[in-house]
Amino acid sequence: MTHRIMSCSEALAEALLEEMERDDSVFIIGEDIRAHDGIFGQFRGLPKRFPARVIDTPISETCIVGAGLGAALTGMRPLVDMHFADFFTTAMDEIVNQTAKIRYMFGGQAKVPMVIWAPDGGGLRAGAHHSQSLESWFVHTPGLKVVVPSEPADVKGLMKSAIRDDDPVIFFQHKKLFAQTGHVPQEEYLIPIGKGEIKREGAHITLITYSRMTYLCLEAADLLAQEDIEAEVIDLRTLKPLDFDIISRSVKKTYNALVVHEACLTGGFGAEIAARIGEELFDYLDAPVARIGAKDVPVPFSPVMEDFVLPQVADIVESVRKILNRQ
Amino acid sequence: MKTSKKEKLSLLEKMLMVRAFEEKAGELFQQNLIPGFIHLSIGEEASSVGTCSVLRPDDYVASTHRGHGHLIAKGADPQLMFAELFGKATGYCKGKGGSMHIADFSLGILGANGVVGGGFPIIVGAGLSIKLRNTDQIGVVFFGDGAANRGTFHEAANMAAIWKLPVIFVCENNLYASTTPVAYSLAGGSVAARASAYGIPGHITDGNDILEVRKIVARAVKRAREGKGPSIVENRTYRYRGHFEGDPQKYRSKQEVESFRKKHDPIEKFKRILKKEGTLSDRRYEDMREKVALKIEEAVRSAQEAPLPDPEEALDDLFVNP
Repeated sequence: MTHRIMSCSEALAEALLEEMERDDSVFIIGEDIRAHDGIFGQFRGLPKRFPARVIDTPISETCIVGAGLGAALTGMRPLVDMHFADFFTTAMDEIVNQTAKIRYMFGGQAKVPMVIWAPDGGGLRAGAHHSQSLESWFVHTPGLKVVVPSEPADVKGLMKSAIRDDDPVIFFQHKKLFAQTGHVPQEEYLIPIGKGEIKREGAHITLITYSRMTYLCLEAADLLAQEDIEAEVIDLRTLKPLDFDIISRSVKKTYNALVVHEACLTGGFGAEIAARIGEELFDYLDAPVARIGAKDVPVPFSPVMEDFVLPQVADIVESVRKILNRQ
Repeated sequence: MKTSKKEKLSLLEKMLMVRAFEEKAGELFQQNLIPGFIHLSIGEEASSVGTCSVLRPDDYVASTHRGHGHLIAKGADPQLMFAELFGKATGYCKGKGGSMHIADFSLGILGANGVVGGGFPIIVGAGLSIKLRNTDQIGVVFFGDGAANRGTFHEAANMAAIWKLPVIFVCENNLYASTTPVAYSLAGGSVAARASAYGIPGHITDGNDILEVRKIVARAVKRAREGKGPSIVENRTYRYRGHFEGDPQKYRSKQEVESFRKKHDPIEKFKRILKKEGTLSDRRYEDMREKVALKIEEAVRSAQEAPLPDPEEALDDLFVNP
């Protein structure tokens, strides 16, 4: 396949361009998306190309999500732009009580082909209301699929799958990765929801991660390689449904596992993965499964404090050394 | 708007059907045959039946926790509704929904809702979808006076107004949001009056007069279908039963309930009109009542005989593509 170098932001716009050309029922709805092609430029070219299908709204997150739901129930395929993942709080009833449950409550009568797109994550010195990683809330709500890609090719392939999916998908994209570039195939392709990928192979320990932490884990793996520690890095890409097979195959090979996410540690998705590895792969483990997440405080503003709170490459390296008794 | 003799009789029969369904549901609940809890709309039949009588089968309705009347008025099958109330496999939602979560998408019923004010954003989405698909359908959201104080009301009314969506906000103001009186909780004293803030029409009706409800809602329907945008209709009515069956109702007197029942009952009121104009004879009315009672008995019987779901079916229907 031929590849091009593209940013995550460009990959998203290209996925949506292709899907909106393919299917008239796809539309985008959200705040401030027409004037600047989305506040991060994530919809570049789309308002001009599809003037009727890129819809600016008042600041009414509850009704934006609910309107997406109502449209999805009546034959459309909306992509709802949450503006910032932090603003999920203003539309939680529409997501948790309505969107996630409608198909089930009504005995399978309805389908909800809706994507809720949410830029999340910290590291941008944006303070406590614009820096959170809230994926655990949605993983804990039956009826939602949760996607958390890292590299541009995955953003594109997963967004195309999410748009075509007949179920509601919460699609997180890390703000700090918008400019991140990578190889994206020239030809059309899809990446299935629910499949992780090994981004680096290794024999000594499995690093299980997703979103921006994938890049930090890859950096850590480079550093560890200098100490003859070969870390395998799994980017889950989707949290729900979870690709536990890829975790299982890897842990059976490395006998060690560390889960790394940017969301705060307590009650984070790492706890779920650690528990499942403990339940299903205990006999393969050389050491307890370890977890790295943000410290349990809101994300602080001052750069020195934010860097202290969010996981860093050094934290990953140190944790791996400790697990493998190399200190 | 003109209502023919035949239409009038059919409106009366529909109201009798809603009341018979609700009374039977209350009776079965008292006998512990319906699990959970139910909210009955007895006394509010003119609003549900009058409103739905001017809708087309392909129009959308978003309903509430007090939704049995809306569903029957939009054409739902009482037998499938009772089966759902009993938690049977043959119910509208295969027993996964219950009283507060009944839908029939084939009739445009986008669902009752367990969250007060949950229907507003959904109907805005249906309206937006109608606009994007370029059809001449419309959407109606039923809501109570309590829901008018939720933020969803404001966001939806504003959004529907700026986009001139083909939707109608039909408030059933029954004077109490659960236990809380409108006089205490509703600033301005009227839901319809809020319409002026959005630059859309707002009407108050005698919500116990089915012909008036029909006339006013028909006007809003016409406006919506012509692409002129949303309206708010506030049907002033009253519920005879508690907020839920078993509600001790310490917030109002028995005399108040009796007085409404005596003076403002929507069925009695309509019956008197029809008799006076010679549309309805005593004989005809009795026949109608019997026919309705029989249909309800039959619906209950076959719902009772229907099988319970296999408990493992609880794991189905979450996703289209699991």
